[in-house]
Amino acid sequence: MVATNRIEVKKTYKLFINGAFPRSESGRVFEVLSKKGEFIANPCLASRKDLRDSVTAARAAQHGWAKATAYNRGQILYRIAEMLEGRAEQCAAEISATTAITPLKAQSMVSEAIDRWVWYAGWSDKLSAVTGATNPVAGPYYNFTIPEPLGVVVVTASDSFIDFIDAIAAAVVSGNSVIALVDGGLSVPAMTFAEVLATSDLPAGVINILTGSLDELAPWAASHMDVDGFDISAISKKKRTELKVAGAENLKRIYSADGKLTPSRILAFMEQKTVWHTIGV
Amino acid sequence: MSFYGLIDGSEKSLRNFLDQLSGVDQVGAESRAAMLATRSIKTTSKRWAIDTAISMVDLTTLEGADTPGKVKALCNKAVRPDPTDSTVPSVGAICVYNDMVSIARTHLDSIGGEKVPVAAVSTAFPSGRASMDVKIRDTQDAIDAGAAEIDMVIDRGAFLSGNLGLVFDEIVKIREVCGEKAHLKVIFETGELVTYDNVRKASYLAMLAGADFIKTSTGKVAPAATPPVVLVMLEAVRDFYSLTGRRIGVKPAGGIRTTKDAIKQLVLVNETAGPEWLTPELFRIGASALLNDLLMQRMKMDDGYYASPNYVTID
Amino acid sequence: MTFEYAPALESRAIVTIKPKYGHFINGAFVSGKKHFPTINPATEEILSHLSLGSASDIDKAVAAAQKAYTKTWSKLSGKERGKYLYRIARILQERAREFAVLETLDNGKPIRETRDIDIPLVAAHFFYHAGWADKLDYAGLGQSPQPYGVAGQIIPWNFPLLMLAWKVAPALATGNTVVLKPAETTSLTALLFAEVCQQAELPDGVVNIVTGDGSTGATLVNHPGVHKIAFTGSTEVGKKIARAIAATDKKATLELGGKGANIVFDDAPVDEAVEGIVNGIFFNQGHVCCAGSRLILQESIAEEIIEKLKVRMAKIRVGDPLDKNTDLGAINSREQLTKIQELAAVGDAEGAQRWSPQCNLSEKGYWFAPTIFTGVTQAHRIAQEEIFGPVLSVITFRTPQEGIDKANNTPFGLSAGIWSEKGSRTLWASQQLRAGVIWANTFNKFDPTSPFGGYKESGWGREGGKHGLAAYLKNGKESGAK
Repeated sequence: MVATNRIEVKKTYKLFINGAFPRSESGRVFEVLSKKGEFIANPCLASRKDLRDSVTAARAAQHGWAKATAYNRGQILYRIAEMLEGRAEQCAAEISATTAITPLKAQSMVSEAIDRWVWYAGWSDKLSAVTGATNPVAGPYYNFTIPEPLGVVVVTASDSFIDFIDAIAAAVVSGNSVIALVDGGLSVPAMTFAEVLATSDLPAGVINILTGSLDELAPWAASHMDVDGFDISAISKKKRTELKVAGAENLKRIYSADGKLTPSRILAFMEQKTVWHTIGV
Repeated sequence: MSFYGLIDGSEKSLRNFLDQLSGVDQVGAESRAAMLATRSIKTTSKRWAIDTAISMVDLTTLEGADTPGKVKALCNKAVRPDPTDSTVPSVGAICVYNDMVSIARTHLDSIGGEKVPVAAVSTAFPSGRASMDVKIRDTQDAIDAGAAEIDMVIDRGAFLSGNLGLVFDEIVKIREVCGEKAHLKVIFETGELVTYDNVRKASYLAMLAGADFIKTSTGKVAPAATPPVVLVMLEAVRDFYSLTGRRIGVKPAGGIRTTKDAIKQLVLVNETAGPEWLTPELFRIGASALLNDLLMQRMKMDDGYYASPNYVTID
Repeated sequence: MTFEYAPALESRAIVTIKPKYGHFINGAFVSGKKHFPTINPATEEILSHLSLGSASDIDKAVAAAQKAYTKTWSKLSGKERGKYLYRIARILQERAREFAVLETLDNGKPIRETRDIDIPLVAAHFFYHAGWADKLDYAGLGQSPQPYGVAGQIIPWNFPLLMLAWKVAPALATGNTVVLKPAETTSLTALLFAEVCQQAELPDGVVNIVTGDGSTGATLVNHPGVHKIAFTGSTEVGKKIARAIAATDKKATLELGGKGANIVFDDAPVDEAVEGIVNGIFFNQGHVCCAGSRLILQESIAEEIIEKLKVRMAKIRVGDPLDKNTDLGAINSREQLTKIQELAAVGDAEGAQRWSPQCNLSEKGYWFAPTIFTGVTQAHRIAQEEIFGPVLSVITFRTPQEGIDKANNTPFGLSAGIWSEKGSRTLWASQQLRAGVIWANTFNKFDPTSPFGGYKESGWGREGGKHGLAAYLKNGKESGAK
């Protein structure tokens, strides 16, 4: 038996960019305290340069991720659920430590989050069946419409671990690469979740997680010309206008969820491509 | 023979040549032909087109029931399509079976139609199912009887079974038989070749083998000279000209019955191969009923009211 | 002697153009305070004077649309709404020739295109959407998806009536009412469409048409009574709209600019590819957002294709749009002509080689000969900017991937063409291209059943097909996720 007075080895919280765990290039951190005011961790306060690096990593990873078979993507998402199951206790402990959520409730939240990954995993190879179409055009053409991933999507999360999971999973399942911006106490379980991702066969750069301040990072994400989609669900209503205006510069697809679990959230970050081909001998 | 320096005459070199031809997209070819069919040809251009079309008609009778009387009557019509109007040009040629060639030739010469050539259908027309010897004899026979144009059929069975060398060799041999005496038109029977890719291949095969004209059909199989088929053949002669400097003629035959049909063909020629092909030396229309419709339309343009079949002769 | 085609003019006797038009608000024509002339771009003849929509005109139109939505249209069953749309489709077919002639006079596009493409597609669009009106539960948007209310729709001058159909038909089928602002230079067919609405006895206020310029459109976009914006036009204006509605809950569909790549591989069906290139860039004078304005040629066949293209271009008949044999009509406006001329001059200045066939262009009216620029690279402005005219930039590539990379190297993503006889290569290319509409061995084909719309800066949303309905409906109740 290990002695009970052993000094615990505590985790250094870093960012998750391109499959690695770097510190913020800015060298900044912020303090996360428990509800009672006890120190919990010093997550990185990501900077706009960290965001820029994440976008570069996400862009590089996106093509390969989209090209992977839907079956393969589905299995990797399912693997995330498997891995999260193994870290469920830790995540739940971090959630309850950083919020007012009771340990019991936190455990059921993580269980729900695991189930969400399973739900999203199953969508990967059904999206085109559900939202694609073959179109009976009036002429000798084969014509079909299929959904395709958008590209690089930035998502936001601030309070709820489940919202954090939903935002990432909805964007990533179709073949987008994702940068998740997380603030506050959620940063602690979010970085534990990053460790789940690191062991889930997920290619580097497909999901990147930046902890810090949404207020600081969101405008940079909105104006970044190599970001194709932006999920602003965690941004307060009055701050959304500014982001939408900035996002208009490259006509980003900007979306905010209404709290329902729906494939619409997946489709919000997909394009519909229509292909015509002549039919003849 | 040099085959224009493009191939050496072996089946392998022929195949290599044909394999590098680009494919034809059916929908694209048909929509181009359909678009050109919307051209609206009116007034002076219509009048010009009608006379040009008349001069391009290979006035044809290819019936088991053909008789000397029928053929002579057709010759009269060929020389003077409208007996009441001497400004109507004579047709491009008379087209008959072998045994009618000398009758036609003699009669044409006797009525001042020396310039109207006689074309004979040859090589076991229309099926082409005979031995090479018979095909050669068939052709020689027609030339001996006075045919200045030979409309031979290709062996479609050989073509479809991939025996392109055989098809090629037959044309080469018939070309030799024709020599300087007769123009050679090669009939593909496009309704049996079916695909535009085949039509393009057959066009090049025939041109390389020495055809003077490439011709769509026998008139015995439908579909025959559809506008997209003619379009593909006109593209072939146009491109062959840029390869070799030689202009090969095109003859649609079968299914062209109205002035409208004929004018569509002329538009195809004009906008595909180009105006250089708008001459009976390079474009013919194999037809029988067409001529009367052209004459009726001509009367309408002259008289300003619609004509009746009662005023055109039925030969 | 050569085969010259004598003039074959479509008669304009079939159309009656009034000297002055008002707006169409609440089922009636009401004159605006100020008017502006609308001209025939082929002759510069003034065709009529249109009302310049003011803020109060927009107010009235939105109020009429709101009232019609609340009082009649939203209370009507889908089945009955559909029947109105069927009526409209049928009347459009009956009056097709009249619309075709009027469109040609007002826009400058050839009668062959208005007669054979624009107007038949307009009728087809209404007929297609009519059938959706009572089947929206099956559109994949959940049970009882709901309309937004009043749709503000702003359309361009390149396909005036067709763009009206793309906007109005789905809006009405899904139960929205409409305030439509046609393009400043091409409003006449929209105003004739108002008569069709009257003949169809469409309830007053369901369709309202306010003519005017950009300021009229901006007023409509910003009007608080409008719940949904549908815009087709330039990317620049599209971005303005996106900013203008950022602070609101308004939904928008945007069909914007493009710089479509037409990729010809070395195994292409060459003659059809040449036709497709011509159709891709010279259809509708190149005034097409999805035009194939960049020809991306595999180097091994570039010479052959360009040679054939030049021969083919010499056959393009440029001239009187009312002549049934005209292939390329007039540029829609002086302003657009100047823009095309300026960008072509940039092409010259950047060292690309310009070529046009011999054309006798009329002194009167706005004309630009079909033009290609060879020796163009990605760095040329004419390879990047939308010219929106009959000007093609030719770029070459060596390997399939390089061709795709060049095609995708643009902020736009509306359309692309692929020419190849190899099925697997075509499907590969269709996957790689970042564009909303891919035409393989064809180009510039449209159909009401086929969703249309862009990736990237070419816009938001789709028009046509099942996917186009989503633009006009709030999702209904979904059957439980678990």
